[in-house]
Amino acid sequence: MARMKFICDSERCIECNGCVTACKNEHEVPWGVNRRRVVTLNDGVPGERSISVACMHCSDAPCMAVCPVNCFYRTEEGVVLHDKDTCIGCGYCSYACPFGAPQFPAAGTFGVRGKMDKCTFCAGGPEAHGSQAEFEKYGRNRLAEGKLPACAEMCSTKALLAGDGDVVADILRNRVLKRGKGAEVWGWGTAYGSRQGGQPQGQ
Amino acid sequence: MRATLVITAALFGLVACGESPQTANRVKQDAALFQGTGKPAPFVASGWKAGDRSSWEQQLKTRAQQGQNDYAKVN
Repeated sequence: MARMKFICDSERCIECNGCVTACKNEHEVPWGVNRRRVVTLNDGVPGERSISVACMHCSDAPCMAVCPVNCFYRTEEGVVLHDKDTCIGCGYCSYACPFGAPQFPAAGTFGVRGKMDKCTFCAGGPEAHGSQAEFEKYGRNRLAEGKLPACAEMCSTKALLAGDGDVVADILRNRVLKRGKGAEVWGWGTAYGSRQGGQPQGQ
Repeated sequence: MRATLVITAALFGLVACGESPQTANRVKQDAALFQGTGKPAPFVASGWKAGDRSSWEQQLKTRAQQGQNDYAKVN
């Protein structure tokens, strides 16, 4: 199996926040913590694009590199997970992550920063799969249930794709071929503007 | 007397060098995902066998195609 990956088709994302809601509901994520969020580029400008962002489960994850207590690990499927029993809540991973994925609950007294929380690709954590302890710390383990991440499965327009990297790349490639354009997908051209199809002139 | 004092002070000063390293060395023990959760059918997708890696991988591939590839569903 290839690595598990997310990809967001910005041609399809309608900023409904269904993925955010699905994630919060599935894992019972507390207030103040958003494992996933929708970001809109050029908001209000014709040709605006939205993308759904969470942990991208990097192949060479900066969070893993900077963690002083080495609480991160990677599964065989390429999912980057962490151990909350080892995490000290220092926040280094938050500074290192280019996607702003690490979240810190502020539910304690005086806004005490708790253990880091982030998208698990619905793969739980180091506790026993499907156990109550795993659910309370990391949320539901859908991959071990033979399912894909809730955010992607709940996406109404199927903009957010998740799964085996080869499969999701194939699905997106097919879409791009069918609609005859591909530069609008989340990437360099969308983020920084280009004059390719779908982008307003001069952007 | 002075020499003894210096040696004692040096020994006292080097005590910290003898400390054992305090590193987080907890070994991550996470079972493979294809092992499943051991829960009954309504909570687990059907069509694959827990503990069988190839059936689990095939299940995820099939689910991705059926659930996310609308071109495959329509055509």
